[in-house]
Amino acid sequence: MYDFDIEKPGSIADAVKALGGEEAQALGGGQTLIPTLKQRLASPTMLVSLAGLSEMVGICKDDAGRLCIGGATPHVAVAADGSYPGLSGLASHIGDPAVRNRGTIGGSLANNDPSACYPAAALGSGATIVTNAREIAADDYFQGMFETALNEGEIITEVKFPIPEASNYQKFVQPASRFALVGVFVAKYADGVRVAVTGASEGGVFRWTAAEEALSANFSADAVAGLDAPSGDGMINDLHGSGDYRAHLVKVMTGRAVSAAT
Amino acid sequence: MPKDEGIGASSKRREDLRFLTGKGKYTDDINLQGQAYAYFIRSDVAHGTINSIDTSAAEKMPGVEKVFTAADFEGVGGVPCGWQVTDRFGEVMQEPKHPVLAEGKVRHVGDPIAVVVADSLSEARDAAEAVEIDITELEPVLNMKDALKDGATKVHDDLTSNLCYDWGFVEENRDAVDAAIKGAHHVTTLELKNNRLVANPMEPRVAVAEFDSSTDDYTLYTTSQNPHVIRLLMGAFVLGIPEHKLRVVAPDVGGGFGAKIYHYAEEAFCTFAAKAVGRPVKWTSSRSEAFMSDAHGRDHVTKIELAMDKDGQFLALRTDTHANMGAYLSTFAPSIPTWLHGTLMAGNYKTPLIYVNVKAVFTNTVPVDAYRGAGRPEATFQLERVVDKAAREMGIDPIELRRRNFITEFPYATPVAVEYDTGDYHATMDKLLEMSDHAGFEKRAAESKKNGKLRGFGIAHYIEACGIAPSNLVGQLGARAGLYESATVRVNATGSISVMTGSHSHGQGHETSFAQVVADMIGVDEAQIDIIHGDTGRGPMGMGTYGSRSIAVGGSAMVRATEKIINKAKKIAAHLMEASEGDIELKDGAFTVAGTDKSVAWGDVTLAAYVPHNYPLEDIEPGLEETAFYDPANFTYPSGAYGCEVEVDPETGKVTVLAFSAADDFGNIINPMIVEGQVHGGLAQGIGQALVENCAYDENGQLLSGSYMDYTMPRADDLPMFNVDHSSITPCTHNPLGVKGCGEAGAIGSPPALVSAVVDALQRAGHTDVTHIDMPLTPDRVWAAMKS
Repeated sequence: MYDFDIEKPGSIADAVKALGGEEAQALGGGQTLIPTLKQRLASPTMLVSLAGLSEMVGICKDDAGRLCIGGATPHVAVAADGSYPGLSGLASHIGDPAVRNRGTIGGSLANNDPSACYPAAALGSGATIVTNAREIAADDYFQGMFETALNEGEIITEVKFPIPEASNYQKFVQPASRFALVGVFVAKYADGVRVAVTGASEGGVFRWTAAEEALSANFSADAVAGLDAPSGDGMINDLHGSGDYRAHLVKVMTGRAVSAAT
Repeated sequence: MPKDEGIGASSKRREDLRFLTGKGKYTDDINLQGQAYAYFIRSDVAHGTINSIDTSAAEKMPGVEKVFTAADFEGVGGVPCGWQVTDRFGEVMQEPKHPVLAEGKVRHVGDPIAVVVADSLSEARDAAEAVEIDITELEPVLNMKDALKDGATKVHDDLTSNLCYDWGFVEENRDAVDAAIKGAHHVTTLELKNNRLVANPMEPRVAVAEFDSSTDDYTLYTTSQNPHVIRLLMGAFVLGIPEHKLRVVAPDVGGGFGAKIYHYAEEAFCTFAAKAVGRPVKWTSSRSEAFMSDAHGRDHVTKIELAMDKDGQFLALRTDTHANMGAYLSTFAPSIPTWLHGTLMAGNYKTPLIYVNVKAVFTNTVPVDAYRGAGRPEATFQLERVVDKAAREMGIDPIELRRRNFITEFPYATPVAVEYDTGDYHATMDKLLEMSDHAGFEKRAAESKKNGKLRGFGIAHYIEACGIAPSNLVGQLGARAGLYESATVRVNATGSISVMTGSHSHGQGHETSFAQVVADMIGVDEAQIDIIHGDTGRGPMGMGTYGSRSIAVGGSAMVRATEKIINKAKKIAAHLMEASEGDIELKDGAFTVAGTDKSVAWGDVTLAAYVPHNYPLEDIEPGLEETAFYDPANFTYPSGAYGCEVEVDPETGKVTVLAFSAADDFGNIINPMIVEGQVHGGLAQGIGQALVENCAYDENGQLLSGSYMDYTMPRADDLPMFNVDHSSITPCTHNPLGVKGCGEAGAIGSPPALVSAVVDALQRAGHTDVTHIDMPLTPDRVWAAMKS
């Protein structure tokens, strides 16, 4: 680890100001950033800790009935909430207890690891990512592996999830890291079904539109069984699974998520 | 009734109090006054020519004591290899120099190039970034078969090729084996890989060294399974330090599994540097460094052929193996695919003709050496897998085929030069079938099928050669060391006992089980006895712990020394009771005179030895301390039957191990609880190899599985509750305790049982073309096998 200073701002406004400094880096729960620093793979001169910002911690519902989760809320709180069962189920299986107690939803979405769980929930729910500057629809937010619509120094203050009629997340773990080798989030809303896939694609989290169409017409595992698996082209091919295997798992996990949701 | 104390009792591990409460004293807990910190700069390419190393900027960085390169080690010996194999043409193996720091070339990712020694680790790392190293990358040598082709890039320019040796065993049998295979009713052939593993002890390696310029004494604290061996190898062959000026201490060590047997460059470096900079030098491996610098295990590519007559009687066995040595020869590397592998190819079967060919190959990868089982898992895996395949091809039940070929008469001289003293393979097989409820399998399989899962059962029967090893024999085979063990039993004046053993405990519980043996022999409480190990300054020259040798060889040395103690104590007791020595009996810690009520307590005799006022000084010396060296007459031959029951998810290929049963014959048992723990640990590692662990390189020689993000360790939820039994006992005939050793068995017997179980599950589901899947059986591999 290289030497760095740490700032603990008391408000979002102060945090934004601190992040305007040269080589400043936002620190959420630190579950990705701290190991990166320890390996000397990053060298920010200033860390701005968002974990202590009370205005960014907590869960509530807005007037539209959406579940609103503060950006610095740890996974363990989302897991315990229960008002959006598919989302709480997903949060309860991220990492291990240490990760769930420290890691935050804002940190996970800002990092956008292609194998992380939360991006599947946000995209699969059509969530709204709220920052200190604007609101971003999930469909516009995820822009590829570790790429998002966030600007330099922009902070995720809140994430708003419309609560679906039925939902489920199925994760098939990469055996070593236990991140998602393939994770599928399925959510059924009155106006249609959304299916978001993490872990599989070289482009990061994506929506499997063929499955969405089939499931919007008939929300059942049979509807998934009748589909061809997505193409293995563009899927991640590594030590733990070929692109074709991941593509196959997308279909299997989608079917299982639908079965679990119904 | 289970005993409360002594041999056969499940005494609680006394070392666990300190281990489980954070009071263990490991090498990294040792901090010496004024110590500096070493940071190793390692190659990030697999193969390259070092054009230049510029340390000038780094030398001027804050806190830097000195930056070392190969230039500082001119005139210093290389890291030695402890075993010289002779090939099938009578030539000795090719043995490259293994410099402490890379000279001219780097040969694997992780090869150390330079070391910064500084006041703090942070300053050392900062300065390391200022060392400018210019390397021209060369084509990496990775595939063993390609490495042996004419014109292949060489790992070592001064060797004639990448071939370390071409070993044939038994060479005289070669033609007869070929002929038997040619004429056989049926030959089953199997090609397989034994996957490369990283040992991953919980405690990474550490070395701390100091030098006293006023006495010329060096002390090295290191994470070693055999500190005396390190003292000999490093002192004599690397740094030229005589033994009386070098003390090597291996304190509490957090797991070894083989990877801490060897003498490593980092130990020699710290010892050398402590003198060079005039202050103690400490190095602690990071986990990332461990992946690229601890010796790896396994990595064999094998073709095996088993010839049978029409009844399934084994007629001949022929194997062709390529064994990866990595870039340099680690301490015992050449012996693993040869003498620890070829000699076990008979397994439990009376196959009359066997020929084993092994080509050991240099590649641009981390050196490969012994890892729990060392050669014997490789032998067992290929043999048990080919027997399983043969059973299918012959239409004979795999258990029946094994039974038809079991060795039943002992001693049994195999065609691969070893003589099994005892065993009862039908007994362990019977026990296994009972433990695993084999009779109920079909019912369980039907249940799985109802749930959409594929259930399979796999079996393996193993033998291993432990209690390593008769020194005269291993000397003939190329070992550059003796493999006896030592013990000093020091009885203190008031009767308590300190035992200095040459064995080293790094998790095995010797402090408990060794004390049980001495307590049992003398009849005193175990609490009266302390076991001291791991310090060349305290005990006699010993050979350390590996190859399941500690109780069989180290324990036997301790028995011999204790016998000497008892004999002398009887003389003292005879004098005190004015009786004839021949009438003295020792029971429950008291000496009596046969046929009388005369008695003298153990403590009175020991006190007399040190306060010899009333003592036969004309006949015997005062004091009560004896040393024994024990050299075994033969290996020991533990064996056992292992059964694995799995369920495969046909949609994803995921394998779930539902049950694992192990029926072992370890000979006599000192502490059943510790033995059970050893088997559990071995099974976890064997299942780890078969199911999840894989050390993989990419086509550039980069380590793909260089951290726990990509190298999978078996976790509790990968494993079933184990069903372990060691009640089938045929005692070893040639050591005083009748023990065989149990440390490696679990890792040896489990991989073939698991793979056979998965193949069985797939075969039952109609995938009749799936006869083998290479380890690890990760979901993607099993899915691909089902799909093919």
